[in-house]
Amino acid sequence: MTPLLSVRDLSCRYETRDGPLWAVRDVDLDVMPGETVGLVGESGCGKSTLARCIVGLTPASGGSIRLDGEELLTRRGPSLAQRRQMQFVFQDPFASLNPRRRVEALIREPLDVHRIGTPAERTRRARELMERVGLHPDWGRRFPHEFSGGQRQRIGIARALALSPRLIICDEPVSALDVSVQAQVVNLLDALQRELGVAYLFISHDLALVEIFAQRVAVMYQGRIVEQGSSAEIWRNPSHPFTRTLIEAIPIPRVDQRSF
Amino acid sequence: MTALLEVDGLRVAVNGGAVVLDDLSFSVARGETLAIVGESGCGKSVTSLAIMRLLPPALRLTGGAIRFDGADLATVSPTRMRDLRGRRIGMIFQEPMTSLNPGLRVGEQIAEVLRIHEGLSRAAAWRRAVELLDHVRIPDPARRAMEYPHRLSGGQRQRVVIAAAIACRPDLIIADEPTTALDVTVQAQVLELLKSLQREIGSAVILITHNLGVVAQTADRVMVMYAGRKVEEGAVAAIFDDPRHPYTSGLLRATPDPTRPRPARGVLHEIPGMVPRLGARASGCAFRPRCARAVPRCAEGVPPLLATNSGLAACLFAQEGAAA
Repeated sequence: MTPLLSVRDLSCRYETRDGPLWAVRDVDLDVMPGETVGLVGESGCGKSTLARCIVGLTPASGGSIRLDGEELLTRRGPSLAQRRQMQFVFQDPFASLNPRRRVEALIREPLDVHRIGTPAERTRRARELMERVGLHPDWGRRFPHEFSGGQRQRIGIARALALSPRLIICDEPVSALDVSVQAQVVNLLDALQRELGVAYLFISHDLALVEIFAQRVAVMYQGRIVEQGSSAEIWRNPSHPFTRTLIEAIPIPRVDQRSF
Repeated sequence: MTALLEVDGLRVAVNGGAVVLDDLSFSVARGETLAIVGESGCGKSVTSLAIMRLLPPALRLTGGAIRFDGADLATVSPTRMRDLRGRRIGMIFQEPMTSLNPGLRVGEQIAEVLRIHEGLSRAAAWRRAVELLDHVRIPDPARRAMEYPHRLSGGQRQRVVIAAAIACRPDLIIADEPTTALDVTVQAQVLELLKSLQREIGSAVILITHNLGVVAQTADRVMVMYAGRKVEEGAVAAIFDDPRHPYTSGLLRATPDPTRPRPARGVLHEIPGMVPRLGARASGCAFRPRCARAVPRCAEGVPPLLATNSGLAACLFAQEGAAA
């Protein structure tokens, strides 16, 4: 099977007063169709920069990003058709939704931008999407501030789904949510994947969550991917010292496993 | 063991309106760590602010007593309260960047506590501040004391806050989500530091957190809050082993733990529904709308705290075996 997303030797460099800073360096990463790949690391490791390079929000300094075998890092950047295949779900759904637009308009917006269907069809699709992510379709007239954090993240997911993408990049989608709401949103992502066959690149600092949710994991440290493999295998048998440190530092909710 | 802090029937309300904390009672013994757990809006932070008498102007203490070593903090004068805060009650907040003054050198912010509460001279206070930075394991403390907060990493900033909190060897440390803003490896270091300082000073700690993993790793006892009330309380080992309130068991099962079996459907165990908004709490048991075990009787009055094998639980079925 050919990968849906194939990243090779990707680098992203920033020029600073103290010389070049490699936010992402020589990264290789594949995502298969319908698969979830977890990207794990601590703040500043480059995981968000990598995600932003993939969708073209941050310019890469070198390397290759292929979607379905087609290069995205061309002089003109990804085409509109390619952009439709990749959508983004952000960490803070409140910061990523325009506070002055109604929810139905926010979910419809990608369809408006890409001129898909008639306005009436777009509205119908937005209402379907709201229902699909567990929001009452009658809430479409409301504004983002009228929703809870978990509901806002559902709005973000509905918006990402509007163009029926094949890949959704989720950048810490549940880390701002309470644990019971986190479970609901993760299960929603899981159900959508089973139903629609969408692939996820799931960025998180929570290795325990990623182990449960993703089939494969890539561990990032100082701009590089230091370990990559099946999540169960990495959890049981981490080979890189940083992965081991990361696993040992997770506070396990059991008293028989106190570490200090 | 006599309690160092005894909160009795604490009530906090929005000025002339919704009840935020409803008849909350708990105690903390010397040297003990009590974790207060719950999700956003359950009242755990309001509880800590009420104890320190730092409630925002929109909220008011409407009842109850907060006995701290003989004094009732609910009624002591603001002057006396200012003397207690920082000297006998240390505070650590979630976001060190907002609890530190960005325009003051970090050494100065620790020295200030010592000058005000212990009457140390400027030079003596600075010397002691450098010692404290060393004590919270900040490398090269004499040089670091001269830095402004923005020059330090998140973990180091939180160490500075901890140094200021323990400067007067307080009897009680209130830590409100002290590691939530930190990376998991830094979190482990900061929790370990807090634990060892607590052992050394013998302070009681109230640890407010939403992270059950952190509770399991650091606390002796735990109090679970939901919608402004205590729903379960007991020794951490007992509660984690045998939770009797459906909310507690729901929270435990929703926490990602690769060592536990997966649910039949989905990836994580969910608690259906969401936390009620302030002023829109259900009658009777506030958890009733989200509870699989709820019966009509749950709507008739707030369920009393019943004694269980694990401690206390505010559920009508608490004595009938493990929560669903």
